[in-house]
Amino acid sequence: MNRRRFLTTTTMTATAMSLGLGKAAWAADPLKVAFMYVGPVGDMGWSFQHDQARLAVDAAFGEKVATSYVENVPEGPDAERVLTQMALAGNKLIFATSFGFMDAVMNVAAKFPDVRFEHATGYKRADNVATYDARFYEGRAVQGTIAGSMTKTNKIGYIGSFPIPEVVQGINAAFIHARKVNPNVEMKVVWAYSWFDPAKEADAATALIAEGVDVLMQHTDSTAPQAKAKDAGIISFGQASDMASFGPTPRVSSTIDNWAPYYVERVKAMLDGTWTSQGTWGGIGTGMVEIGVITDAVPADVKAEAEALIASIGAGTYHPFTGPLNKQDGSAWLAEGEVADDGVLSGMNFFVEGITAQMPQ
Amino acid sequence: MIRLIARPAPSRFWLWATPVLAVLATMVAGAVLFAALGTDPLEALKVIFWDPLLGANAGYFRGQLLIKAGPLMLIAAGLAVGFRAGIWNIGAEGQYIVGAICGAAVGLAVYPAESVLIFPAMVVAGALGGWAWGMIPALLKNRFGASEILVSLMLVYVAQNLLAWAAFGPLKNPAGFGFPGSRNLQQYPSAHNGELIAGSGLHWGGVAALAALVGTYVLMSRHIAGFRIQVAGDAPKAARFAGVAPARLVAFCLGLSGALAGLAGMFEVAGPSGQITDAFGAGYGFTAIIVAFLGRLNPIGILLAGLLMALTYIGGDMAQLMLRLPAAAIQVFQGMLLFFLLGFDLLTNYQVRFGGRVGA
Amino acid sequence: MTLGGIDLVALAAMLMVASTPILLAAIGELIAEKAGVLNLGVEGMMIMGAIGAFAGAVITGSPAAGFAFGALAGAGMALIFGFLTQVLLSNQVATGLALTLFGLGLSALFGKGFEGVRPPATEKLDFGALADLPVLGPVLFRHDWVVYFSLAMVVAVWLFLHFSRSGLILRAVGENHEAAHALGYRVVAVRMAALAFGGALAGMGGAYLSLVRVPQWTEGMTAGAGWIALAIVVFASWRVERVLLGAYLFGGVTVLQLRLQAAGYAIPVQLLSMAPYVITIIVLVIISARHRHGAQAAPAALGKTFHASR
Repeated sequence: MNRRRFLTTTTMTATAMSLGLGKAAWAADPLKVAFMYVGPVGDMGWSFQHDQARLAVDAAFGEKVATSYVENVPEGPDAERVLTQMALAGNKLIFATSFGFMDAVMNVAAKFPDVRFEHATGYKRADNVATYDARFYEGRAVQGTIAGSMTKTNKIGYIGSFPIPEVVQGINAAFIHARKVNPNVEMKVVWAYSWFDPAKEADAATALIAEGVDVLMQHTDSTAPQAKAKDAGIISFGQASDMASFGPTPRVSSTIDNWAPYYVERVKAMLDGTWTSQGTWGGIGTGMVEIGVITDAVPADVKAEAEALIASIGAGTYHPFTGPLNKQDGSAWLAEGEVADDGVLSGMNFFVEGITAQMPQ
Repeated sequence: MIRLIARPAPSRFWLWATPVLAVLATMVAGAVLFAALGTDPLEALKVIFWDPLLGANAGYFRGQLLIKAGPLMLIAAGLAVGFRAGIWNIGAEGQYIVGAICGAAVGLAVYPAESVLIFPAMVVAGALGGWAWGMIPALLKNRFGASEILVSLMLVYVAQNLLAWAAFGPLKNPAGFGFPGSRNLQQYPSAHNGELIAGSGLHWGGVAALAALVGTYVLMSRHIAGFRIQVAGDAPKAARFAGVAPARLVAFCLGLSGALAGLAGMFEVAGPSGQITDAFGAGYGFTAIIVAFLGRLNPIGILLAGLLMALTYIGGDMAQLMLRLPAAAIQVFQGMLLFFLLGFDLLTNYQVRFGGRVGA
Repeated sequence: MTLGGIDLVALAAMLMVASTPILLAAIGELIAEKAGVLNLGVEGMMIMGAIGAFAGAVITGSPAAGFAFGALAGAGMALIFGFLTQVLLSNQVATGLALTLFGLGLSALFGKGFEGVRPPATEKLDFGALADLPVLGPVLFRHDWVVYFSLAMVVAVWLFLHFSRSGLILRAVGENHEAAHALGYRVVAVRMAALAFGGALAGMGGAYLSLVRVPQWTEGMTAGAGWIALAIVVFASWRVERVLLGAYLFGGVTVLQLRLQAAGYAIPVQLLSMAPYVITIIVLVIISARHRHGAQAAPAALGKTFHASR
């Protein structure tokens, strides 16, 4: 609470100073950076992680930057208005942290050529619009390895949010690596059709557990599935945030969205005057995807294998989508040793061979 | 003891005075709330109410006010007519969504053909879609006596699922890399409902909203149908003697409010929103019900109430950005504003008497 | 017992848990509507119940105390609604919508600081050997007390409405408030009591979400459950035994579609999710048609403003 208050007063002063003094040259005028979130910062998942990174920017640059945010912004015209408000309020760098903000970002960026925009998970860029995304599937590959080794029923459950490429990549990566260590493994998939609906996620977890899965993965943001996994005595993985409070079991590891290094780097580029538009797709190597501590519930040899995988992906010597791989219908996708290219991955709308669940249509 | 005496006719003075009083009361209560959250209350009120209208860059925000208020006013104009007749369409959200789906579907079906006929065809489809969705409760009420309040509300949920299905299925952008959501109609000139005067925020939806308010004003105060609606609402039995056919009235009111809500959805999807996505229905249909009541079911009142609601949204976002107020504080503030506006309305229709049992 | 690879016993047990929040909220709303008040603010009362209960349970360390706090929070919200609609005579539809907006915001403000906290666990009741009975054991004897409480409330409300004098007065107020007033019943007081009861149950429904079913606190966690409760009351044509059926149907469809997905069936999720609402409309049409010339299923004074002129 005190920290919140403290931050509030400092930004207010900062705002008042920059507004009150207008264009009068103050050498110490802070760089204003704004963040637009699709959910509440208290969702403990997606928007929470972005806000953690904003706080990291505050901590890294102190008085040289002044950050602010708007939460719960619906995708559509409200997003466009909020972005414009941010630009008009003098923010020079604006992070828009949901795919659905894409067209709004492009529209507003065209009107404010002097303001730089960063759009998460989108695919449209301009001179003043950069995009960034994380290779969450790298984390899934690690989870798949642990899951495949630890399952006794040979059934892994996966709660998906929406059937979009980001989630499909994760399911495929997890399955491929589970199969590598355990040829008998099966993957059960349930789509919640929501990023965040604790009750429905809990039901989805219960449904999967009833189906006999003993490892649970989720690509939705609440901790509800963790609680269900705990009750059922099976293992699970944290998603978006570390969810460490559910360790050492059921949560045996996690995939953390760590936007802090990227945000700090981009703000620094603005301060240095070296900001350019680019598309960043960071992963374990750049620290954007972080693997949470693997707990002692995981046998030492499995842990060692997972850590070796983390190291090779991080070093760039291994790509989770390396051939030979076929699509679900049996048609060839990647030849021996061939690596999936980013274009195909970013539009991925098919399962790989061996997954029995059907892609929703 | 406090007693309420019904006024023979609504008080003209309090009709105008209560909203002012309510806004003032909200400011006081809001100031307490903001102060409790550690924000300078005067600064917060200034950012919410003053800056979007008259502060720096107000030119932009005044246009945004129109964009935000337009659909609210358009829907509320139609709803108010029905509410006056005692016909309760609370499913405008569903009609709004279906109108948007129908309008967008027509545009997307002929993509990428260019023709001046496309936009008018979308307008017709949007209005028809909303009308049809509104006619379902009308038919069920007339044929079976089913409550329109409940049927129209249930149809909202059906429409929301229909929207998700359309966004993930038939209307999905084939060039969208597998992401849900339709093509963006803003990038399809023949279908785009753009600003009529650059920077004004006025698009065809705003024009339609103003036209609907004028139209319903004329209908209610200058036309025999308006008189019948009024009578049906105030004295249903007398209305039958006066030759008002209840079934036709139900169909008219639900059809009209449905069509206007459908239009609002269509103008929104072709303009400011651009896309059919599963998040398209952002609650305009429900907020419009509140706007209709805040405006006392009167077209001029609806105009003001729509702008006031829009102002709290826009000012609320400003307060988040400038003062770091959480979004939740703005919601509470809006809730209090509505409570005060609804509660103070008492003074319009009733006299408050203090003291014992006298007369009456 | 399995059908198409799905264990029906497990499904039934899961359905009872999933349906408990909406069942509680729907019973509460039923009582309010029976008294002639349409309160569309169920969602707002539920979410206040969710945070009230969560905060209460975390602070006191007792889940039962948490449920009591949840009920109080829900009832408090209902009394705001009651004050506005019954004393200040505001429109019920608009006030209910405002109540939901207010509740969503206020709960989020109170909830700051409770995110990521784990509440004390609500234990399942121990029925000993009964829990090991085939079929009946898992379905009936392996739940926590709130599930049984919700079922008991169905019976209690049924008895109250049909066999108690107070229940008769409540229904009389809901059918014709003018006549009830003329007979000397205190319409406003009866309605306030009904609203408070409805709010308390909605609050407990929210409490079940945040303390048992999920269990955690996050903003907006009710995610529309309150609106479903409203639909259930209509589906049930204002009869409490059918509220139970409705709640299990609505809860069941969600559980079933997730269960079918888990079993590997490709199903049109959105079209299936529509089904309960379409069924509700059909039910409403049937009962309305049957009552066309007789007594209506809905309380006659539902949603109408009452002002005693004498």
